[in-house]
Amino acid sequence: MDVYISDILLNAPFEIVVLTALIVLVLESTRGTRPNISSWTSIGGLSLAAVAALTNLGASVETFGGMLQSGGFANYYGALFCISAVMTILFSRNYFERQNYHRGEAYILLLFATLGMMVIAASNDLIMIFLGIELMSICLYVLAGLFRHRDRSNEASLKYFLLGAFATGFLLYGIALIYGSTGTTNIASIRTAFPHVSHDLLFLTGSGLLLAGFAFKIAAVPFHMWAPDVYEGSPTPISGFMSTGAKAAAFAALIAVFSRVFGPSENAVHQIIALIAAASMIAGNVVALAQSNLKRLLAYSSIAHAGYMLVGLAAGTADGQIGVMYYLAVYALMNLGAFGIIGALETENDQNLQMDDYAGLSEREPVLAACMAVFLFGLAGFPPLAGFFGKYYVFLAAVKARLLWLAVIGVLASLMSAYYYLRIIVFMYFEKTKAESVPISVPMSVRWTVIFCAVLVLLFGLFPSVIVQTVLRVLF
Amino acid sequence: MLENYTPIFLMIGVAMAFGIVMSKVNEILGPKRRNSDKYSTYESGMEPLRSTRERFSIKYYMVAMLFIVFDIEIVFMYPWAVTYKHLGFSGFIVMASFIFVLLLGYYFVWKKGALEWD
Repeated sequence: MDVYISDILLNAPFEIVVLTALIVLVLESTRGTRPNISSWTSIGGLSLAAVAALTNLGASVETFGGMLQSGGFANYYGALFCISAVMTILFSRNYFERQNYHRGEAYILLLFATLGMMVIAASNDLIMIFLGIELMSICLYVLAGLFRHRDRSNEASLKYFLLGAFATGFLLYGIALIYGSTGTTNIASIRTAFPHVSHDLLFLTGSGLLLAGFAFKIAAVPFHMWAPDVYEGSPTPISGFMSTGAKAAAFAALIAVFSRVFGPSENAVHQIIALIAAASMIAGNVVALAQSNLKRLLAYSSIAHAGYMLVGLAAGTADGQIGVMYYLAVYALMNLGAFGIIGALETENDQNLQMDDYAGLSEREPVLAACMAVFLFGLAGFPPLAGFFGKYYVFLAAVKARLLWLAVIGVLASLMSAYYYLRIIVFMYFEKTKAESVPISVPMSVRWTVIFCAVLVLLFGLFPSVIVQTVLRVLF
Repeated sequence: MLENYTPIFLMIGVAMAFGIVMSKVNEILGPKRRNSDKYSTYESGMEPLRSTRERFSIKYYMVAMLFIVFDIEIVFMYPWAVTYKHLGFSGFIVMASFIFVLLLGYYFVWKKGALEWD
């Protein structure tokens, strides 16, 4: 029993999220509750979980019979997911109200999706990774189709579900093959068995399938086809959550499996990751150039960002991992903020999403325009914003790992990306407001959340060591 | 190791060859009398009435889905019951919390009216 109690204490963030989800479930089922109560309960629970996660950033300990790896690494991601979820809820409350679809179920699903992400980041066993990915994905499939009276939303949900189920199949088959060659699903045991199976065809096939499954979840080329349609069709704050939370969770799994098992050694898997990274950076940025719908544009840009982060993984070194974990945190802030603003300005029936709808935004909404500019400059990687250091760390890791060609492609690709990010800023600041543009009232809660994100993007850019020190403590 | 599989591969090969040969022989040798009845849908000798793509009530899906949930619950409970003495009190706690979570879900489904047929 003693073992269980310490395990339960170590995994406090999980239990808080589970309990919050259950409380919201009961709140929702008793008639007469308004979704506002559910949303504030969820925000409270998730904030508490984030605090609980941040208070324990020590060394990792195996819990629940080696199934979970609780401690710093898991809690770093746990806090990231909880904060992303809180911001998503803050944005979606207003968004759902304006779209006349405020239902409390969304918060239950968001809570369970967050829980799934936390399980992925904490898992020390391939089966737990699979469970976490399923918990996360199933909730996200439903969230994508939340506006069930709209064709776009249905299309997004169905596409995500069919392709996601297929990707999960790859993942599970990969796990099965790895189990077949090593006789275990425990990641630490696979690590010990790795020298014996590093050239085993069965093991390599399994790793390849696993990589394909994860690459789907992070929307990396060539497994990215679903992303633009799904992000465009889903409710906007949910798209933001999918492009940050779900991506970060899959990256946590990638780091857990590939960095821990394969280590920094030169091998085929790292070359494949490098190729996927290069393809994602090029394809994502080139296609984004041609987009005029902002949600689609950010979807392609998120494919490109998956590529940048994969550069850090392709390096395979500790530097690369630090870079990826820093990048994930600041990317989450920038992308959530950008999607939040897009959601706040979106009007009914997917209107007000085109780039020229943002013409003259700086006159109509000076604060929001300024914040949007911060996020876009950050995504483009301008110093001193946080996005710059994210790119700097991963590209530096690639150069140190003698992957100069990859770093060069990355720098060129991010130069290309500046074009479409800056185009939005040009529209916002140097174009006249269109005569027919509808005035929109953005509530204070959304404004403050956006400002908070923007300030953090600025602060983490000026003082990147805050996050980097945390990551260092968590990793070593 | 691979030679152990020889009979299986042989079996797969023979089965595939048999299927292909038989269907091809039938195609080549069989008599062909084409008429409109032969091209219509076969519905156990009945006249085909309407399209088979019919929409039916979501209630069936709800019941089927709930059935799966409680079916799986039993799948978990059976081995738990067999090893109950070995697992002891902690095993009881774990299963109790599992069923508690499931019960809350059941409460949600009930209150939302998913179990009402009309």
